[in-house]
Amino acid sequence: MPAVSKGDGMRGLAVFISDIRNCKSKEAEIKRINKELANIRSKFKGDKALDGYSKKKYVCKLLFIFLLGHDIDFGHMEAVNLLSSNKYTEKQIGYLFISVLVNSNSELIRLINNAIKNDLSSRNPTFMCLALHCIANVGSREMAEAFAGEIPRILVAGDTMDSVKQSAALCLLRLYKTSPDLVLMGEWTSRVVHLLNDQHMGVVTAAISLITCLSQKNPDEFKTCVSLAVSRLSRIVSSASTDLQDYTYYFVPAPWLSCKLLRLLQCYPPPEDGAVKGRLVECLETILNKAQEPPKSKKVQHSNAKNAILFEAISLIIHYDSEPNLLVRACNQLGQFLQHRETNLRYLALESMCTLASSEFSHEAVKTHIETVINALKTERDVSVRQRAADLLYAMCDRSNAKQIVAEMLSYLETADYSIREEMVLKVAILAEKYAVDYSWYVDTILNLIRIAGDYVSEEVWYRVIQIVINRDDVQGYAAKTVFEALQAPACHENMVKVGGYILGEFGNLIAGDPRSSPLVQFNLLHSKFHLCSVPTRALLLSAYIKFINLFPETKSTIQEVLRSDSQIRNSDVELQQRAVEYLKLSSIASTDVLATVLEEMPPFPERESSILAKLKKKKGPGAVSVNELEEGKREGGELNGGGERGGDSSAIASTPSPSADLLGLRTGPPVTAAAPSTGSLLVDVFSEAGVNDDGFLSTQVSKIYNTVLVVFGYFNKKILHIVPLNDLSERELVTINEQTPQGVFVMAPFLKMFRALTCTILLGLGMALLENVDPNPENFVCAGVIQTKAQQVGSLLRLEPNAQAQMYRLTVRSSKDTVSKRLCELLAEQF
Amino acid sequence: MIGGLFIYNHKGEVLISRVYRDDIGRNAVDAFRVNVIHARQQVRSPVTNIARTSFFHIKRSNIWLAAVTKQNVNAAMVFEFLYKMCDVMSAYFGKISEENIKNNFVLIYELLDEILDFGYPQNSETGALKTFITQQGIKGQPQTKEEQSQITSQVTGQIGWRREGIKYRRNELFLDVLESVNLLMSPQGQVLSAHVSGRVVMKSYLSGMPECKFGMNDKIVIDKQGKGGTTDDPGKSGKQSIAIDDCTFHQCVRLSKFDSERSISFIPPDGEYELMRYRTTKDIILPFRVIPLVREVGRTKLEVKVVIKSNFKPSLLAQKIEVRIPTPLNTSGVQVICMKGKAKYKASENAIVWKIKRMAGMKESQISAEIELLPTNDKKKWARPPISMNFEVPFAPSGLKVRYLKVFESKLNYSDHDVIKWVRYIGRSGIYETRC
Repeated sequence: MPAVSKGDGMRGLAVFISDIRNCKSKEAEIKRINKELANIRSKFKGDKALDGYSKKKYVCKLLFIFLLGHDIDFGHMEAVNLLSSNKYTEKQIGYLFISVLVNSNSELIRLINNAIKNDLSSRNPTFMCLALHCIANVGSREMAEAFAGEIPRILVAGDTMDSVKQSAALCLLRLYKTSPDLVLMGEWTSRVVHLLNDQHMGVVTAAISLITCLSQKNPDEFKTCVSLAVSRLSRIVSSASTDLQDYTYYFVPAPWLSCKLLRLLQCYPPPEDGAVKGRLVECLETILNKAQEPPKSKKVQHSNAKNAILFEAISLIIHYDSEPNLLVRACNQLGQFLQHRETNLRYLALESMCTLASSEFSHEAVKTHIETVINALKTERDVSVRQRAADLLYAMCDRSNAKQIVAEMLSYLETADYSIREEMVLKVAILAEKYAVDYSWYVDTILNLIRIAGDYVSEEVWYRVIQIVINRDDVQGYAAKTVFEALQAPACHENMVKVGGYILGEFGNLIAGDPRSSPLVQFNLLHSKFHLCSVPTRALLLSAYIKFINLFPETKSTIQEVLRSDSQIRNSDVELQQRAVEYLKLSSIASTDVLATVLEEMPPFPERESSILAKLKKKKGPGAVSVNELEEGKREGGELNGGGERGGDSSAIASTPSPSADLLGLRTGPPVTAAAPSTGSLLVDVFSEAGVNDDGFLSTQVSKIYNTVLVVFGYFNKKILHIVPLNDLSERELVTINEQTPQGVFVMAPFLKMFRALTCTILLGLGMALLENVDPNPENFVCAGVIQTKAQQVGSLLRLEPNAQAQMYRLTVRSSKDTVSKRLCELLAEQF
Repeated sequence: MIGGLFIYNHKGEVLISRVYRDDIGRNAVDAFRVNVIHARQQVRSPVTNIARTSFFHIKRSNIWLAAVTKQNVNAAMVFEFLYKMCDVMSAYFGKISEENIKNNFVLIYELLDEILDFGYPQNSETGALKTFITQQGIKGQPQTKEEQSQITSQVTGQIGWRREGIKYRRNELFLDVLESVNLLMSPQGQVLSAHVSGRVVMKSYLSGMPECKFGMNDKIVIDKQGKGGTTDDPGKSGKQSIAIDDCTFHQCVRLSKFDSERSISFIPPDGEYELMRYRTTKDIILPFRVIPLVREVGRTKLEVKVVIKSNFKPSLLAQKIEVRIPTPLNTSGVQVICMKGKAKYKASENAIVWKIKRMAGMKESQISAEIELLPTNDKKKWARPPISMNFEVPFAPSGLKVRYLKVFESKLNYSDHDVIKWVRYIGRSGIYETRC
């Protein structure tokens, strides 16, 4: 580029700028600017033609004034005139003004485009570069329209100078990012890939950014770049630090290019060609080796550049996940960084290790650093690093170290930063559940969790405890005892009271033998917390009291007394009042048998995906372990969850079709099976004990009356269908169905006669609400419901007219979308 | 109450910082600098609220004075105090400038200690302050105990603004009626809003403790007298009296007497002070009429013609007349022709400034200008700001007349007749604008 000689400087501009800098006040500055603007206006008036130099000077002044924050509404024309000058400095100022101040004014854009076109077709490389820079800086759609065809040609033309190629590559990248639809792939794409072989390192660096961006969109077209990139990388890596003179940065050869190459390779799977792969592995090994060498310079830039390459290489190794040797080496390398005094390095090491931990090859290697990581969690000053340490602990956790890690996380939770507490709580809850071999340990852990960080324990966590305690007989007594002890603390968290109320209400009898926890003591303990709790907890406690009446008839009078008190029976909250009234009546009217039936012990919960996990997935902070990994873990910890069906992962389902179908019902007992249409195979998200109570009741009823086996085959995909009954009484029961794929088949066998009740069940199971007394013919069923898909809500109406004599029926479905009606029709037709 | 007071130079450097209350932290100084002085957008409101702290500021040339408080104070009181503070400072060391403030900082702190106590304004009468805060430093011989006790009793006494034992050979009295007239007129000559704010400033050089009584053509007083059947001609009084909308007095005026009899009687401070301030909105004499004529010739030319007419007695002379005609922002050249005075296009202010030194009443003068415009690409229309005017006339545009100023001094042997009295009327322009 031609250097700007001293004599070429603009004196008038310098004077103006120094005047402005010397202004004592804002007003003085505005005055000076107004004066200058008036002067420029009078010069631009067009009485006599200005020479290039003064035009350049005035345009420069306008630019300066604009950059000071004043509006400029003239001078564009002069700037455009400068574009056609032959002097570099004048052209440069013109382009600068255009880049900064251009607005999509149609006539000017046309002129500008014309000038750019002229420059692009000139053979002068500096002019071409200026034009390309201007296009990239403006980057508007108009520019893209005008030049998207031209620039690729310049980029791949054989006779283009290196500097121009460099600019052209970056300019094309910019246009591709702003309007990808205008940059059309063509025969130039293959030639762009070959720029990786270019002699000029600058061109390669610019081109690789473009190639990375393009290959992310259409990987197949750029597949050939892998081998080129590998060979380029190996050349750089093996070069001595003096080989690439201009591109050696603090003794590191071409660090930017290396990083970009490694990142490009991360877009593709490991190369299939053995030779290429061998070469790449060699490169990666060299990079890891170099990290071990003593630093060539004490400067921070040297180590930064080296580490940047190293981290990119490690993420490539993790991406490939196929070289156990490299993975272990990477892990060891990161282990060294864990104790580095540079905070950023510690952070990056923890973050990379998190992903390493999920690889089967390096999981063990990562585990060796557990002490260091725990130490980091405890002593690290920077909260973001602590967060990463917690993530890593979570990721490296498995059956062997779960107890240690959970204990460490719990103890850290007491002092943890508020911003990460909720996530920590979820993680502890999940780990405790996933790797629990010993249920008493699980219960202890969760109760501890509630005690330490009650505020951060979400609903899902304590729901889960209760589900597990109810489903496992062996832990119930222990749970009741622990909860009872925990409740004796003078101040307990409300969540603790909820768990306590529920568990004592269900299993209080298991510890009633001990005089220290006699029924009355239990009741008094619970009731002492009653007044400090919020309405939903109080409602739960009232339910616990009525269960007490069932479990321990001796407490009946005390509890009735409590229920009868004004604070309950006349409570201003409708829900509490209703419960108090109903429970009081139930306890005084119903016989013990009825009471025992109504308040029977909860049936085991249907197995389902842990709602906690779902919540963590929703939150899923950076660095959290991938979903797949968790899913695997779940399958591993099957005995706890009874191996629920795993939606979401279609490949997993496809590989093991029979067991998943099996789990859905064939193997499990009648209660669950019978309830299949309503809840069994469905994931019930809402956990309102009343709702579950009803459902449970219903399911047993159904199973007693009809010994029908309902087999449900479900191919589960990710589409979720919510069906909300319109019936306002059951509004609480929001049912989420995870089914509905074209292959979903409902088969009922044996199915000879149409039972009205069964039909009801099926229809209700669909989530529709049955509308009684709507149709004049009482035999007919009329239903209404809203099907909620992810994208939209579809209201639907349904009428079923059975004709028992003819053994036929007519089904009419009406909904706002024809595909939905059709699908519903098909589904139901298969059932009858 | 005022929590603290800061003085900054134009760069925002703190020159004086005096904190009276603990609720004002050290960071308040910086908060004002960052949010007001160095604000990206110019702050136009004199009151700024930053983090529950109120900053009241005024600007004198390049100096910022800011009063700070966390309480809900009477803003008018704070500004009154700030202006008083400016008066006191200029009475002590002349012009308020950065250099003067730096040179007198000890004195300023001394003054601040005296005129504000725990944030409550105290006696800020320059005359009284000068008796005990002197610029000379320690005098050759220290003040005697007698003198000191005299000052104490005077300053804390009933008439804190005047000390006893003042003697002049010539008892003299100067009375200035200073008014500024504000106007906004439509292009057709319709008055959109007009008011006069005036001040009566007095300079008294009287011996002893004289009792003064000031009378003017206040409508209420005149009407009362007219009803009482006194000598005044009722027909004449209706025309000559003026309706005062509101007024404020110097602390020396006995307000109880004003409330009951509407008479203004007082014992004046020595030297110069402002006796009263008032405002009128009715029957204002507009000294000048501006008739604008703007014609746009195509996109690149503008023709402006402005006529001014003086509207007062031909025997009077208006002075320092300046007409400011704004020009569009894309002006590229201006040609001006005027019959009288000098006119010039000032690019830095985007206006044509036309100056006339003197102009008698009932005269007319005219300017015409051709403005060339540079075509721009924005379609924004020129907003046409109003033409503004400055002048000075030797009468009170509100019509206020001083009827009498009587001086009684019973102890000393001079009477009202012996006092030499001077009265002067000056009417200035405030914001005197005509839309075009």
